[in-house]
Amino acid sequence: MSSTATPASPENTDASASGSDDSSDRELQNAVIRFAGNSQDGIQSIGAFLAKLAGRSAREVMTYMTIPSTIAGGPSIFQVHLGSGEVLSPGDEADFLFAFYQHSYDDHLNSLKDGGICIYDTDHVEEVKKDERGILHVGLPITSITVEAIGGSARDRGKNIMVLGLVAQIFQLSREKLSTLIEKQFGRKGEGVFRNAMLAFDAGYAYAVGDLLSGDFDLKEGTGAKEGKMTTDGNTALTYGLLAGGVRYGAGYPITPWSSIMELLRSELPKYGGLFVQAEDELAAVSLAMGMSFAGHLAITGSSGPGLSLKMEALSYATMAELPLIIVNVQRGGPSTGLPTSVEQSDLMQAIYGSHGDSPRIVIAPRNVEDCFYVAVEACELAKKYSCPVIILTDQALATRIEAFKEPDLDSIVVEVKPDLSERPADWSPYPIDGATVHAPPGSPMAGGKYPVVTGLEHDEWGHPSGSPEVHSKMNARRREKIKKVADNIPLPKVCGEESGDTLIVGWGSTWGPIREATLRAQEKGLSVSSIHIRHVHPLANGLETIFDNFKDIVVVEMNDEGLYGNGQLATLLRARYCNPNIRSVCKTDGLNFKIKEILAGIDAGATATS
Amino acid sequence: MSAIVEAPEPKKLTKKMLTADHPTWCPGCGDFAVLAAFFKVLEKLQIPHEKICTIAGIGCSSRFPYFVNGHGIHYIHGRALPLASGVSLSRPDLHVFAFGGDGDGYSIGGNHLDHAARKNVNLTYVVMDNFVYGLTKKQTSPTSPVGYKSKTDPMGAVDQPINPMTKLVNGGATFVARTHATQVKHMMEVFQRAIEHPGFSVVEVLSECIIFYPGAFDEGNPRKGGEFNLIEEKQWDDTPEDEARHDVTNKSDAYAIACEEFPGRFGVFLEHDRPTKNQLEQRWIDSSMEKVGDATPKDLIAQRFEGMK
Ligand SMILES: Cc1ncc(C[n+]2csc(CCOP(=O)(O)OP(=O)(O)O)c2C)c(N)n1
Ligand code: SF4
Ligand SMILES: [Mg+2]
Repeated sequence: MSSTATPASPENTDASASGSDDSSDRELQNAVIRFAGNSQDGIQSIGAFLAKLAGRSAREVMTYMTIPSTIAGGPSIFQVHLGSGEVLSPGDEADFLFAFYQHSYDDHLNSLKDGGICIYDTDHVEEVKKDERGILHVGLPITSITVEAIGGSARDRGKNIMVLGLVAQIFQLSREKLSTLIEKQFGRKGEGVFRNAMLAFDAGYAYAVGDLLSGDFDLKEGTGAKEGKMTTDGNTALTYGLLAGGVRYGAGYPITPWSSIMELLRSELPKYGGLFVQAEDELAAVSLAMGMSFAGHLAITGSSGPGLSLKMEALSYATMAELPLIIVNVQRGGPSTGLPTSVEQSDLMQAIYGSHGDSPRIVIAPRNVEDCFYVAVEACELAKKYSCPVIILTDQALATRIEAFKEPDLDSIVVEVKPDLSERPADWSPYPIDGATVHAPPGSPMAGGKYPVVTGLEHDEWGHPSGSPEVHSKMNARRREKIKKVADNIPLPKVCGEESGDTLIVGWGSTWGPIREATLRAQEKGLSVSSIHIRHVHPLANGLETIFDNFKDIVVVEMNDEGLYGNGQLATLLRARYCNPNIRSVCKTDGLNFKIKEILAGIDAGATATS
Repeated sequence: MSAIVEAPEPKKLTKKMLTADHPTWCPGCGDFAVLAAFFKVLEKLQIPHEKICTIAGIGCSSRFPYFVNGHGIHYIHGRALPLASGVSLSRPDLHVFAFGGDGDGYSIGGNHLDHAARKNVNLTYVVMDNFVYGLTKKQTSPTSPVGYKSKTDPMGAVDQPINPMTKLVNGGATFVARTHATQVKHMMEVFQRAIEHPGFSVVEVLSECIIFYPGAFDEGNPRKGGEFNLIEEKQWDDTPEDEARHDVTNKSDAYAIACEEFPGRFGVFLEHDRPTKNQLEQRWIDSSMEKVGDATPKDLIAQRFEGMK
């Protein structure tokens, strides 16, 4: 089972990376480019093109974007971290900034590193601070160049593609590969559209910007395996993981940033003979999915924080009735409507404990876009095997950002799940005390002539309601032990770095990349710092304490509040579980991903505190 | 939808086979008669035993599935209809029945009722309306009349009750009927038509809570001095009498009957065909699968991944 518990996930990179990391080339191999404009300028698509190109050139890529929560558009950024080495975070500071407007310039100049390069549109940006922190300013009439190149009624549409051309020239990216991608994107909209796009691209590509910039920005192609990588965002990866894992039915209600999963399932499932239903609210959504599960299918529902709260009563039912159900929660900033388009990890406790009664369930959290796929596949396996609710705890950052990764080996992953409507023998019982749950969906003939009624009342092993004190204790134990058994098959997380030392950084979910990068940097500085990543947040893997015992300072880095007692949500759980006073928290809730320097500062604070 | 393994030929269905535990309802509760009528109709229609699926939320009336020996699920308060919709939409081979009370269906689950009706999900829903919360022992329900003294309205209910019939007609249910638990023959006729109706069919049954609201429906019970007035349906026989009869396909006439003063009339208010959500979704599924041709799920995913390179 251990092989299926982490289906083909590239877990091994944890162990090998510290050795293979060639720090001296880092600066040359990687570039962080930030595009700042308005959402209607299509800056997202510059990023998407670069990400795809990276996937085709064995480069690593990670993107990060902000979208205004207002519909009419507004300021928006897209940041691309391209590299031929390992790319683990969207980048603390940008090497390049492309500023489309004065407000873009004013708001984002501080995201550039000292001595970085700012390319701005002289048609829109009037005031620049030339003496700031050694930043090189390069002014180009981006809008007029585009208008001139395309002409006609296009006005300044196409600016984004013109900038893409500029970027291609500066970093010596393959014009050929990019034009193939542009054709793929615009070709079907008509010959004219593609031609205009190429006019804009070449206007940027041919612009003599090289004279204005000193230095060599040749971004090398990766040395890794040359086979094509795929590039996509976390919600898309997760959706295809669900489809691969056998999900054919589901229901949901729209909420950002979950909606794109339901939209994709809604249009994909009919091709698989399945169906996704848009429900009137989250209570109905989880209930529809529960009905599909009761009917014998592998079903899914999902939402973001507030919607997960609405599903809680039903989730306890799924635990009680022992029905398999997959629930996706794309975390965003809370409480309440909070920061609907920002990232946070504040639903951990809700996911694990947020229901009435004792209702144990499984919670797993993907660490990056690629992992969204594998976590979804694993959730399907676990839900089927243990016949219980499984929550996938992803977040806004993973949902929207684009990464390149190796195409999963579908041959070994894709499964079909059909209702088992075979006749059940006369001695059938759904909840054998020491055995696996065996649900008999409607349509299954019952050899003994007695049909089951699934219930949320406490019940005995035959499913008959019972208020007996012994039965309740016994069945609570059954539901608890069942989930505890899951832990027997969870591999212990690999330690990045030495197996013992001063500091162990612990993370879960999307903080994986920044934590790993911070760990590697600390190691480069000669510090005794290692890290682990907890993918199975509930139940926890057996034996985590053996890792913790080898470190003096255990720092749990998470994007949630330190709470009333000074610890974040995972830290609170770990302290309660392991009674290890060396476990402490580095928390933040600014709605942004962790920066490497924030993590490094967090470790330092501990080092001085303990010395 | 996903292929389903066919079950072997079933035996002839009898009331005995359908009888499960003895109901835990109070002696004299109106719900007993609803159960008896349901058994008789199932027996008459000879629905394959394993294809019967009864679904309920929470309440005295919602204990119904325990008393039917058939596949069933006793779910949570107010959410029987979305759960039943999930079963119906994913398993077209089943006969899906939902049961519940006025609190379950018109209060906590009121929104779901509107949406199941609007979507015309293929299932049959029977509401045992007793104008009170029975299970939780006498609180005001959404159908309690103004002035009804309950534990939550010791001075008499002040809120205007819901009219389930206008709600149902308005909501878009394609079969809407009303009956009385003391009129077993009528109940059976109405149940049979509801079950045979393709789409979302609802039967509101006035079913007395002998403990907390005795006598609530005497006005509709001839044996208690009331009147059981039936809706006369059009025969389409070109007679002058037929002019005055009710056209069950006419929504505004159904609405007008629904507005009549208590105890009003009984029978079928509305019965008309509109494509079910089941059919409409199946159409989309069929055309999508046709386009996909021989491609397996693995092929479909691989094609998508190709586009991401
Ligand atoms: C979420 C939730 N809220 C409240 C209850 C308590 N409760 C159970 S049944 C019920 C009302 C039942 O009334 P009705 O649906 O009319 O059924 P009856 O008992 O009258 O047949 C209530 C309030 C519950 N079980 N769950
Ligand atoms: S309390 Fe009322 S509704 Fe409940 S079983 Fe008794 S009589 Fe029936
Ligand atoms: Mg009631």
